[in-house]
Amino acid sequence: MSLLIRGGRVVDPAGGTDGVQDVWIVDGRIHKVGKGLKAAAGTETVDATGKVVCPGFIDMHVHLREPGFEYKETIASGTRAAAAGGFTAVACMANTFPVNDNRAVTDYILARAKVEGVVRVYPIGAVTRNLEGKQLAELAEQAEAGCVAFSDDGKCVMNAELYRRAMEYALPFGVPIISHAEDCELAHLGAMHEGFVSTELGLSGQPAAAEDVMVARDVILAELTGAHLHVAHISTAGAVRLVRDARARGVRVTAEVTPHHLLLTDEVVRSYDSACKMAPPLRGKRDVEACLEALVDGTIDCVATDHAPHALSEKEGEFAEAANGIVGLETAVPLLLDRLVRPGVLDLPTLVTRLSTGPARLLNLPGGSLAPGAAADITILDLDRAWTVDPAAFRSRGRSTPFAGFTGVGAPWMTLVAGQKVAP
Amino acid sequence: MSWKRKDLLGMQDLDAAEIIGVLDTASSMKEIATREIKKVPTLRGKTVVNLFYESSTRTRTSFEIAGKWLSADVINFSASGSSSDKGESLLDTARNIEAMSPDVVVVRHRAAGAPALLARHLRCGVVNAGDGAHEHPTQALLDLMTIREKKGHLEGLNVTIVGDITHSRVARSDIHGMRKMGITVTVAGPPTLIPAQCQELGVKVSHRLEEAIAHADVIMMLRLQHERMQGGFIPSLREYSRVWGLSLAKLGHCRPDVLIMHPGPVNRGVELAPEVADSPYSVILDQVSNGVAVRMAVLYLLAGSKGA
Repeated sequence: MSLLIRGGRVVDPAGGTDGVQDVWIVDGRIHKVGKGLKAAAGTETVDATGKVVCPGFIDMHVHLREPGFEYKETIASGTRAAAAGGFTAVACMANTFPVNDNRAVTDYILARAKVEGVVRVYPIGAVTRNLEGKQLAELAEQAEAGCVAFSDDGKCVMNAELYRRAMEYALPFGVPIISHAEDCELAHLGAMHEGFVSTELGLSGQPAAAEDVMVARDVILAELTGAHLHVAHISTAGAVRLVRDARARGVRVTAEVTPHHLLLTDEVVRSYDSACKMAPPLRGKRDVEACLEALVDGTIDCVATDHAPHALSEKEGEFAEAANGIVGLETAVPLLLDRLVRPGVLDLPTLVTRLSTGPARLLNLPGGSLAPGAAADITILDLDRAWTVDPAAFRSRGRSTPFAGFTGVGAPWMTLVAGQKVAP
Repeated sequence: MSWKRKDLLGMQDLDAAEIIGVLDTASSMKEIATREIKKVPTLRGKTVVNLFYESSTRTRTSFEIAGKWLSADVINFSASGSSSDKGESLLDTARNIEAMSPDVVVVRHRAAGAPALLARHLRCGVVNAGDGAHEHPTQALLDLMTIREKKGHLEGLNVTIVGDITHSRVARSDIHGMRKMGITVTVAGPPTLIPAQCQELGVKVSHRLEEAIAHADVIMMLRLQHERMQGGFIPSLREYSRVWGLSLAKLGHCRPDVLIMHPGPVNRGVELAPEVADSPYSVILDQVSNGVAVRMAVLYLLAGSKGA
């Protein structure tokens, strides 16, 4: 079983490659990368002339909703959305039903993914039982079962002592603790970011400080315990500053940012469209600028979508009562290519790093590289392809996105997992 | 005047000419209240649905009387609690009501933006009768009408709004409407009850009552909700009343022709001392009367003026 991807611009930041080369895949692994490769007879070829060949993109923050919320998304639909969006792997959060706080659920997710999934699925286990923030989940067994990180994402572990113990207990497993940093008292049930827009709209706002306070606490706990803290969906200038300072001191802190927090501000909430509602909320202009700067300079390691599908009935209706969360898998890469790479805010190799090598390294995953011997997880981009975001055409069961109707140029063209084409 | 809007969702949307148009229409409607037979056939054959998701006596009654005096058929639809509790979504309720072909739906809802959502989905006119802490445009219009009646003009006046600005839709609508009419607006209250970046609404912010009301032509006192103590916004009603309540003594430092207004219902003894509420400065009952006239004007403009 052999495949030759011929004539594409290979962008492999981990290997320092950026130029027209061929990629030869044998038995699901990278066999050789080089110019004018002569593959053995019978080798299938893909003509990638004019395209960009990258190590497979990894979305380290998605909600696949299975088990328990199959009406929102399934492993089958979510991984198809991922493949269509150019992702070869996803890490899925624990807020399923039942919660992924024990080995049985982790096993179930992995088993379903094996049968139904089209991209790699890496489960993230809960930090606390039933996400209640009261008692540690069985982290050792979950790590053994294949959880690549621990997080109560969607909720914040408010008890600092318990969070400290989680960080300590997880040390031997070498996996990060992913923090959903939101002081729920300070956030005060705010439906959006607190600022002038919330004042005008009369919607309760949550201050940026609700995130900043928790990132500060978690950085201090990471320093105390030596744990690897990963800040999920960072969204404020204050949190970015805290992460940057902590890294400069040598604290093991990494961070991710979502495309929507890079591209939109709270101004779009003026529509009262609940497709603009998620946690953390869309922030102000200064926050967006700080996140972009941090993504460019590497303070933020990766882009993750926080793909959070809901049924239409949970999203239509009153803004304050609508569910938090939007889908992101099928819009992330096109948006980043058009809005950041095309105008030169971010160069292509850096974007590829933030989408592949970045998440692979911080979750200790295979991938993020096109070195010989690596799994042939490959994302091929077409930088000239024009697109319009049409939620009706999503593979995801979720349809709620603030980017509906957006147009741009540059999109995923083909996605390969272990040398097999999974999209289109 | 030419009214071109399908809906009345907020004062933020209106320009000064539109506001004057509503006020002038309301002034001409007011005469109907003095007749022995308080009924004109203007909206005969039109249907107005009062869709109230939040309890309200004053506003709902005011819209009901306004509709009836104009000969519209007025149907009151009260829904308690949130739509999700009822198992029917706001949009489903709205679609059901639309299927009965009303001409205007008057909606009050605890969720900011709910009337805008309805307006997007309904063919008929939608009037916002209060949505969360967002807007309450007919209240602002009746406030402007009352001030214009008493002062003879609006431009150049100083209005001070006192109390819980954060949670007040009346404050937001008043601020938008008054600024468009050339009024200088000051808001005053403890910092916990002033929303973020409030100055950007184009108002002065004061944290001292005496200073804020010293030069005011009009003082608008807002109702203090008792649950604000639980939220940690104020320590006690007693302290709030002492610091932010309007007493005759504090009124002694104000302009002699100052007007005291309140959107109601008044918490006597909390934000307003009883003797102030009943004093000659108070125009609270004029506000209520003008409320009917303003709502007649609004229903007429939305349902009647273009033969919709």
